[in-house]
Amino acid sequence: MSSQDIPEENLPAEQDHAHGAVSVADEANPFADPGLPPHEHRIQDIDERAAKRSERVVAMLFTVSMLATVGFIASYVTISPDTSVYIFPIGHISALNFALGLTLGAALFCIGAGAVHWARTLMSDVEVAAERHPIAAPAEVRAQVHADFKEGAKESALGRRKLIRNTMLGALTLVPLSGVVLLRDLGPLPGTSLRHTLWAKGKLLVNMNTNQPLRPEDVQVGSLTFAKPEGLEEADEDFQNEIAKAALMIIRLQPGNIKDKRELDWSHEGIVAFSKICTHVGCPISLYEQQTHHVLCPCHQSTFDLSDGARVIFGPAGHALPQLRIGVNDEGYLQALGDFEEPVGPAFWERG
Amino acid sequence: MSTNENNERRGKAPAGERVADWADGRLGIYSLAKANMRKIFPDHWSFMLGEVCMYSFLIIILTGVYLTLFFHPSMNEVEYHGSYVPLQGQLMSEAFNSTLHISFDVRGGLLIRQIHHWAALIFLAGMFVHMMRVFFTGAFRKPREINWLFGFLLFVLGMFTGFTGYSLPDDLLSGTGVRFTEGAILSMPIVGTYISYFLFGGEFPGHDFVARFYSIHILLLPGIMLGLMVGHLILVFYHKHTQFAGPGKTEKNVVGMPLLPVYMAKAGGFFFLVFGVIAAIAAVTQINPIWAMGPYRPDQVSTGAQPDWYMGFAEGLVRYMPGWEINFWGHTLVLGVFIPLVLFGLVLGVIALYPFIESWVTGDKSEHHILDRPRNAPTRTAFGVAWITVYMVGLVGGGNDLFATHFSLSLNAVTWFVRIAFFAGPVIAFIVTKRICLGLQRRDREKVLHGRETGIIKRLPHGEFIEIHEPLSQEQLHTLTAHHQYEPAEIGPTVDENGVERKVKGSEKLRTKLSNAYYGEDNQIPKATVEEYREITSGHGHH
Repeated sequence: MSSQDIPEENLPAEQDHAHGAVSVADEANPFADPGLPPHEHRIQDIDERAAKRSERVVAMLFTVSMLATVGFIASYVTISPDTSVYIFPIGHISALNFALGLTLGAALFCIGAGAVHWARTLMSDVEVAAERHPIAAPAEVRAQVHADFKEGAKESALGRRKLIRNTMLGALTLVPLSGVVLLRDLGPLPGTSLRHTLWAKGKLLVNMNTNQPLRPEDVQVGSLTFAKPEGLEEADEDFQNEIAKAALMIIRLQPGNIKDKRELDWSHEGIVAFSKICTHVGCPISLYEQQTHHVLCPCHQSTFDLSDGARVIFGPAGHALPQLRIGVNDEGYLQALGDFEEPVGPAFWERG
Repeated sequence: MSTNENNERRGKAPAGERVADWADGRLGIYSLAKANMRKIFPDHWSFMLGEVCMYSFLIIILTGVYLTLFFHPSMNEVEYHGSYVPLQGQLMSEAFNSTLHISFDVRGGLLIRQIHHWAALIFLAGMFVHMMRVFFTGAFRKPREINWLFGFLLFVLGMFTGFTGYSLPDDLLSGTGVRFTEGAILSMPIVGTYISYFLFGGEFPGHDFVARFYSIHILLLPGIMLGLMVGHLILVFYHKHTQFAGPGKTEKNVVGMPLLPVYMAKAGGFFFLVFGVIAAIAAVTQINPIWAMGPYRPDQVSTGAQPDWYMGFAEGLVRYMPGWEINFWGHTLVLGVFIPLVLFGLVLGVIALYPFIESWVTGDKSEHHILDRPRNAPTRTAFGVAWITVYMVGLVGGGNDLFATHFSLSLNAVTWFVRIAFFAGPVIAFIVTKRICLGLQRRDREKVLHGRETGIIKRLPHGEFIEIHEPLSQEQLHTLTAHHQYEPAEIGPTVDENGVERKVKGSEKLRTKLSNAYYGEDNQIPKATVEEYREITSGHGHH
């Protein structure tokens, strides 16, 4: 549309670009607030055809929304939940999820786009100023409230009758205690439970994957084996709680490579067993570096040297992994020679 | 008005009016509408960030209610027999089982789950950005300090609502996050072990946390948040919205368009836009595929375990803190975990209290409805950027393994980088931001005094080349000089009227120091005055 169609009064005013002409309205103070600028008409305000076009765009958006809702219902009814569809570049995804999401998205988005377009092009965009009023109350209201309060306080005689005030405060202070006491049974007291695991003298080391007791020859150099105490089954009521403490990792080292004397004493033919639970915040350690005998916790990257008493060599863990003393029973199976000597998992106040 | 007249009018009034009359007689809606129906709201793109938060919160509530119809908040172990083949026959909690059911067997269940999760991420991101908008424009100043705290609480509660929410499916990833939380609780001196046992109903993981997190996630926290959000909105209406300086805009007015119809349509429509975009994201972008991770087992873990983004900052603090432990008298002080826990609260607390610190430094008791441009409050802006830097360093630290694998860096190098950046980053950010702000202030001053650079080069008769500057219009002059500049505080006379030496309090000295750091000679550029402007424009040549 060319500028010829716009009535004269709606054309922008001729601008004075002459250098140095300071065109300020207020000569006394050129920085003074000149007031709200005059309203500039949009094309829709002055050209009915443009306004009609806007109307059609809005109506079209609302219509697309209706069609999208029909599409949503149709997808829900016709597409099976197991159908997958290849969408570039995402790959294979659930066809139902894709269809429902896009139709719902389009149905909603078009309502929004229609409403915003309507507001921006057809509703009045004349800026108006509204007054603000101070938030704080006027002085006389303030005085009145203070006087009322004093009157009320006086009538209650709370300040004069100290006995009432003190017993009331006492009662109100005590009554929430009932609520606090009721929380007591949220859980048992810790006692020494964090210090003990299922491991005990004579318990066999059972391979976590095969569910078979381990023999020394099952543990090869360079492999990381996970074990649980015998008698603990996945279907047990307390499996999760027990495995959270008892999970064990076993590796075989050359006895000559074991740098820590106690680690060597507690090992069997170079086989060492350490708690799998990180001493930082309790993630299970799962990454083993064969060459260096380092294990890494994938959560916060604490790194322990299993050839040197599992001491911390990097990361945020505060102390070494507890070692389980192991040996072999009469039938040649690996067994524990007792429980862990120190608590497994993250440190806590009573750990000492 | 007599009863007769009243009846006569009622008989003729259109239906809508009659309903409104009915409601007014019982609820007094006309007085409410008089104050609010044509309420003026100013227009600026950044004012819609808060709307993103409000709408995503509504979307979360809507989709969340739907999810509760199918989710079983129970940790009873069941064998899986649903339609996802790879997990057939596996033992898992009912929580995980029902989440699989929602994802694979309820038509549209996956979509609603993904909308719920995406909306939560966007809600938190929206609140963060909205909070920064309010911070950098000084919208938190009197009378809006309490609303700032409401918003801050919404952000913090939103973090915990999100955390309890993504822990509910009891999958391997979220269970690892819960374990981390337990480890962090255990690190608290004296009470840690007890809190952990009371939260989990005994040892970790126990059989209770999903049911407990569920009531916290769907009732306790969102209930509080809904109340806070309503309060937040009531205060926005009551205070009337802030606005940027400009012609016709003063501290005593608000310039914009009326709620009915413009903002009804714009804001109402914006709800649908946000919902539509989130639905489309949920259609094409998978989030939290719990079936790929499997049910939680405390002795199993996946690599690259990451919390949702808003917990990444806390995760980072825990990852780059050295593993300090102090043992004494049979007790362990687990500083390596407890210090991050405290820092997490401190870093958040500092930004919550900032409005009160600034108002103490300025000693300004007046209301502020005109927003600051960030450059015109250089120290505040620099502080905000330093704070964001700390937050972002935490985020990088929380993803140190991802940074290491994606950019082929040494994990140890990334960790050491964030350890140093935690201290050096905010200092550098503060200094750099302040210099940038002062530079921008100088440029504004130049523009006011010498006009806009037109890019037109003119050759003078004697051969000199000059660039023509075009003077600004009064609108522009006013906009660039409307901000208030504080004078740095001074310590009052050290002797009283009788000549006796007065003791200067430590707090007064500190305030003076801070005030000088904010508004002292080198810490803000004096804005152009009318006299300076006159001198330059009154005929001694230009530019």
